[in-house]
Amino acid sequence: MHELSVAQSILDIVHQSVPQDELADVRIVRVKVGTFSGVVADSLDFCFSAISAETPLAKARLEFEHIPFAVECRQCQKTFENDIGFVVCPVCGGVDTAVLSGRELQVTEIELENEKDKIA
Amino acid sequence: MSIITVERKVLEKNDEIARRNRATFSQRHLFVINLVSSPGSGKTSILERTLEYFNKRVKVAVIEGDVQTDFDAQRIARYDAPVVQIVTNGGCHLDAKLVEDALGSLDLTGVKLLIIENVGNLVCPSNYDLGEEMKVVVASTTEGDDKPLKYPGMFQHASVLIINKIDLLPYVNCSMNTLKRNALQINPSLKVFETSCTTKSGIAEWCSWLEQNIHHEDGEGKDIGATRR
Repeated sequence: MHELSVAQSILDIVHQSVPQDELADVRIVRVKVGTFSGVVADSLDFCFSAISAETPLAKARLEFEHIPFAVECRQCQKTFENDIGFVVCPVCGGVDTAVLSGRELQVTEIELENEKDKIA
Repeated sequence: MSIITVERKVLEKNDEIARRNRATFSQRHLFVINLVSSPGSGKTSILERTLEYFNKRVKVAVIEGDVQTDFDAQRIARYDAPVVQIVTNGGCHLDAKLVEDALGSLDLTGVKLLIIENVGNLVCPSNYDLGEEMKVVVASTTEGDDKPLKYPGMFQHASVLIINKIDLLPYVNCSMNTLKRNALQINPSLKVFETSCTTKSGIAEWCSWLEQNIHHEDGEGKDIGATRR
């Protein structure tokens, strides 16, 4: 369980991507989380709110996009998904397969609320 | 509302340092393995048997990772191998920065093989690249034959599986065939060794394979036979 250090890395990325005087406007940080990224989204969410509380980022929350574990069989060209990590093709039994996705852990977007949103 | 597009890997800092470590290893023609497993599967015993086998013929250095104590480094130091202990103080895995810092206190003169023994944990170490050539996962027969299915992430990232404590097979509820089948479902390219550190069975096979992979003076490995994932 290393969600706290992962949350800290996300916080660092936000600090590096948003100008200092706009940090308080950050509302949503979008994070892609693959099935085999090794982190638990709920736990990451909890850690992020713990370390951002009472900072300019207090109003920011994480929004997750879950990415399934997907594998392509090079033998029969079929693509399959599972959440148990099997890479053997369930269609033809082929073992020459390539993992397409499921290991992501990536900050994709940061959404800010501007002055004009607040007035509206 | 405005949106800033970022597209940055959360562990990019670790990956960057791992790339730096990899460059250092390659410059020094060092073959580096990252030894991972759950606690108590026999990583340190395999290391001891490996050091015994090479008996200074091949110079091996060791980085030990543990949550607390330097017990393992003390065990390794008896073999006269350069060793440094990383105590993570609760941290569940080694990261590339810890390894980079540890390299500073290791005398790597003449060293051909560096073995990094990770913290005993089948989850977290799988996501942290240390700059190694390959991960070697140890599963012992006493843990049962379903470990690869319960902890697939680690088996996906490994190139080699050492099944340890095979001398205990008659006494434990573990089928060798099932264990192997489960592991190969997760990662069909795994190279599998079967060892016992008590009877020393399988140690010579593992070590001679390892020796074939060690980089020679010209910087080339003889037969890599395994891919980094």
